[in-house]
Parts: sequence; structure tokens; C-alpha cells
Amino acid sequence: MNSPDTGIATTTTTPGTDASTAAAALALGDDALILSHRLGEWAGHAPVLEEEVALANIALDLLGQARVLLSMAGDEDELAYLREERSFRNLQLVEQPNGDFAHTIARQLYFSLHQHELYGELAAGDGPFAPLAAKAVKETAYHRDHAEQWTLRLGDGTEESRRRMRTALDGLWKYTGELFRPVEGLGLDQETMTALETRWLAALGGVLERAGLTLPEGSRTGAWAAGAGREGLHTESFGRLLAEMQHLHRSHPGASW
Amino acid sequence: MSAGMSADLSAQLLAAFDAAVAADERVEPRDWMPDEYRATLVRQMAQHAHSEIIGMQPEANWITRAPSLRRKAILMAKVQDEAGHGLYLYSAAETLGTSRDELLDKLHSGRQKYSSIFNYPTLTWADVGAIGWLVDGAAITNQVPICRCSYGPYARAMVRICKEESFHQRQGYELLLALSRGTEAQHAMAQDAVNRWWWPSLMMFGPPDDESAHSAQSMAWRIKRHSNDELRQRFVDIAVPQAESLGLTLPDPDIRWNEERGHHDFGAIDWAEFWDVLKGNGPCNEERINQRRRAHEEGAWVREAAAAYAEKHTGTGREVQA
Repeated sequence: MNSPDTGIATTTTTPGTDASTAAAALALGDDALILSHRLGEWAGHAPVLEEEVALANIALDLLGQARVLLSMAGDEDELAYLREERSFRNLQLVEQPNGDFAHTIARQLYFSLHQHELYGELAAGDGPFAPLAAKAVKETAYHRDHAEQWTLRLGDGTEESRRRMRTALDGLWKYTGELFRPVEGLGLDQETMTALETRWLAALGGVLERAGLTLPEGSRTGAWAAGAGREGLHTESFGRLLAEMQHLHRSHPGASW
Repeated sequence: MSAGMSADLSAQLLAAFDAAVAADERVEPRDWMPDEYRATLVRQMAQHAHSEIIGMQPEANWITRAPSLRRKAILMAKVQDEAGHGLYLYSAAETLGTSRDELLDKLHSGRQKYSSIFNYPTLTWADVGAIGWLVDGAAITNQVPICRCSYGPYARAMVRICKEESFHQRQGYELLLALSRGTEAQHAMAQDAVNRWWWPSLMMFGPPDDESAHSAQSMAWRIKRHSNDELRQRFVDIAVPQAESLGLTLPDPDIRWNEERGHHDFGAIDWAEFWDVLKGNGPCNEERINQRRRAHEEGAWVREAAAAYAEKHTGTGREVQA
């Protein structure tokens, strides 16, 4: 329930959703919400018109997922617009600024490969996320293909595109460890997450090899520690993202739109 | 007329073309057509495509600030549709022997124009609704007759575009309705947006009939079906009752029903402002074209990479599967 005088959302769950399922829905919902927002920043700035369509399409799919997931955890708008930075549970990877097109593609490659594996796993189960996952796995297959195709073109394109792709993959690598930490309420244990990570590394390695690139090296512990995003510890640009996203909604407390 | 063609033959071709157009037959890409007809269509379709692309900017300006997730999804889908409309229209223009690259180059260098409406800024969230209701409403009034345009590819593109546009227009109206019935501050925001967008929307129909350079020829060729002033009047007649049901006023004290004409009379348009914006002196002309150029220039390395990749993998079709 939102308290109108403070504008701070307190935990509320949809009837029939237990607290740990709500927590997991919030984590996955925040991933989709924040990445969708970042992709929305590309509108009108893409390198070619076809990418205006593609990036917006992916952003819309993610926003759709976010709305379903946040609604499992409570009221979608209260959760999106009235929580502060420390209450968001998204991965640090998805909040990273767009950078150049290669950074956006590298972020999308890391995340889409992960999301595709994760939703495949959830769709195969019979937990509360199975229905959403069954739909989302089709969307993420497309997102994954899009990111892979661009990784090939940038990696195996020109000297410059290769350099930029390399830089982007290296720069975002440290945020990838967090993808495979178990999420409370998701029903996937450490062993399953480790298996997902193995599959992710194999798939990623395969794409990068075809693109003439190699897996980055170095730590994958994130800006704080792997898993920090899920605990509400984010990177500096995230607060600014929220300021922009929430400003109008917060300026008119209680209004309907 | 092509050099070397006999005067007789060209007269015959022209007569056949004029007769086909007069009989409301569709002209298709491989049909013979007068050079001026081709040039007029390229100019109009390019300007139309450019307007879709530049028109993404004022609305995209609000994507990251949309006040609810539902509105954000609607706005993103709309801006995506506009990019799609641009793509249809560039493709349709390409059937006349030009290319998208060539047309974009003309846009970026200022040799081709886009609709002057997009040189106005979106200052509040309500502007997104006003654009949907008024700007898309004016666009639809202009574009529905183009669905029957004599040039087939253009007419077919417009059928698809008009369906999506009318959906956008209803969404814009519904956005304004929510604001108008919302808090006092929201209502004021909606009214302010309508005040700022009303006159520029009326200018979208172009100069008055007696100052419209291309009208007569375009009507004879059935590229255009109605005059600027006719369409403008049709739009005003539709918008007035809609404004009433929105609970908003239009910023024109001279609007009143004229029983005799069966139309609404309305006040004089500030044509000096219109020509000024058209000449590049509107509030956002520079920003709009700069953003477009910047996106294109900053994306050059991406397009070069895609081209280099395609070249390397020619013959194998797609990249070799692992």
C-alpha cells in the first residue's frame, strides 16, 4: 500500500502470492523494467531505422514482462514509481548506461542469453512463474538472436567495430556473476543456477568464437559484490535513471494517468 | 520527357497516362509516367517519410518520463510504429527509382523538408496527448484521401499507416480525457497543451488554397483529392465537438457554428509564423535536424560493420553455423 504523505511504497502482495514468490517476481520484474527503460532511451537515436524498430520491440517485450511480474508482487505503478533506489532488486547489469551501440549489444547479449536459459528452466517447471516464462521464453529467443546477430556483425565487421565490441564485452563482464546467484522465491537452487551458468558460458563462448572474439577475463563480482543489485546496492547512474523515470509520477501524488 | 523519344510517342503516352488517371486507375512502378509526376511523388513521399522519422523525436522525448507503465508501453509502441511508417514510405518511394540513403542525405542536408509541426517542443506530458489527438488527427484527415492516390505503392502504404494512425489518435484523445477528468493540475496541463498545439495543427494542412504552389497539378494527377482549405475545414468540424466532450476549450474565440455554410467558422491563422517555421526558424528546427544527423553519424561505424560483415559472408548466405 502506498502511503500518500511519504510517497514510499511499503510491501504489498497480490492475494494468493506468498511473500517469497513476490520477492522473486520483484527481482525479475525490476530486471525487465530497468532494461526496458534503458532501451527506451535509444528511441530516435539508433544507427539505422530497422534498429529503431528492433530496440523498441525488445523494450516493449521487457516492459510487458515487467508489468506481469510487478503485478504479481503488488501494484505495478506503485512499485515502479514510488520505490527508492535502495528498494530496487534489479541486476546491476541492466542498469548500466547504454554507452555506444556495442555496449548496448553486449549488455543485451549477456542478459538475453541468461534470460532465455532462465525462462526455459522456469517454463519447464510447475511453479508460479511457469505461465509467464512460457510466453517470455519465445520473446527472449528473439532478443537473443538479435543480440547474437549483432555480436557477429560487430565482432567480424570492421577493425573499429571489433575494437568497440571487445571494449564493451570487457567493460560489462564484471556484472555477469550476479546473473547466477539464486533468487529467493524463484525455486531454483544453487545447483540449478550453476548449471544455467555453465550453459550460459558455453552459449556465449560459441557466439564469441564465431564473431572472432574470446570470452573476457577477470572478476565477475559486480560493483560491490555479486548479488548486490538484488540487495538494493546499485551503481551511481541508477539514481539518475530513477529520478527521470519517477519525476512526473511523484509530482502528482495520487493522480491517475 | 526523355530525350530521343518522338514527339508523337510521348504525346500518346501522356494521353494514355492522363486517361488512366482520370479513370481512377492505379499507376504502378513499371508504368510509364511523366517525369514531373515522378518528381512530385518522390518529393511528397520523401517528406512524408521524413516527417515520420523526425516526428519520433518530440514523443520519444517523454518515453523515459511517462507517468504510468501502461502509458509508457503505449508511447513506446507508437514511436516504434512511426519508425515502421518511415520504413514503408521510404520503400514506397524507392519504387520510383530513388534510394533511402539518397533521401536521408537530402533530409540531413536540408534539401528535403519534413512537416513543420515537429519543430514545436513537447514541454509537458499532456503534449503527448495533444499530439495524438490533434497532430495525428490532422495527419489522418490529410492521409485518408491518399489511400485512393493514383500511385499504387503510396496508396497501399497509406492504407496500413492510416489504420495505425487512427489507433494512435484514439489513444491520444483518451490520454487527454484522463488528464481533463483528473486533478486540477492535470486538467490545466491538458488545456495548456491544447492551447499550444491547436494552431500549429491547423497549419499542417499547408498554405491557403490561393497560395499553394503544387495543389492544382497534384489534384489533376489524383495524388491529392481535396484542397488544403477543404481538409482544414473538415478537421475543425471534427475537432470542435471532440474538444467539447473532452471538457477542453480551443484557443480561438472566433470559432462558431455557421448555419448557412454548415461548417464552423474559425479565426485567422498566423501565416507569418507558418512560413517562418518552414524556413527553419521554429523553436526546434535546429535540435531536430541535429539529433537526426548525430544519430546517423554516430551510427556510421555500425552500418559499416554490417556492410563489411555482409561482404565477407557473401556466398555463404549467413554466417557459417557452428
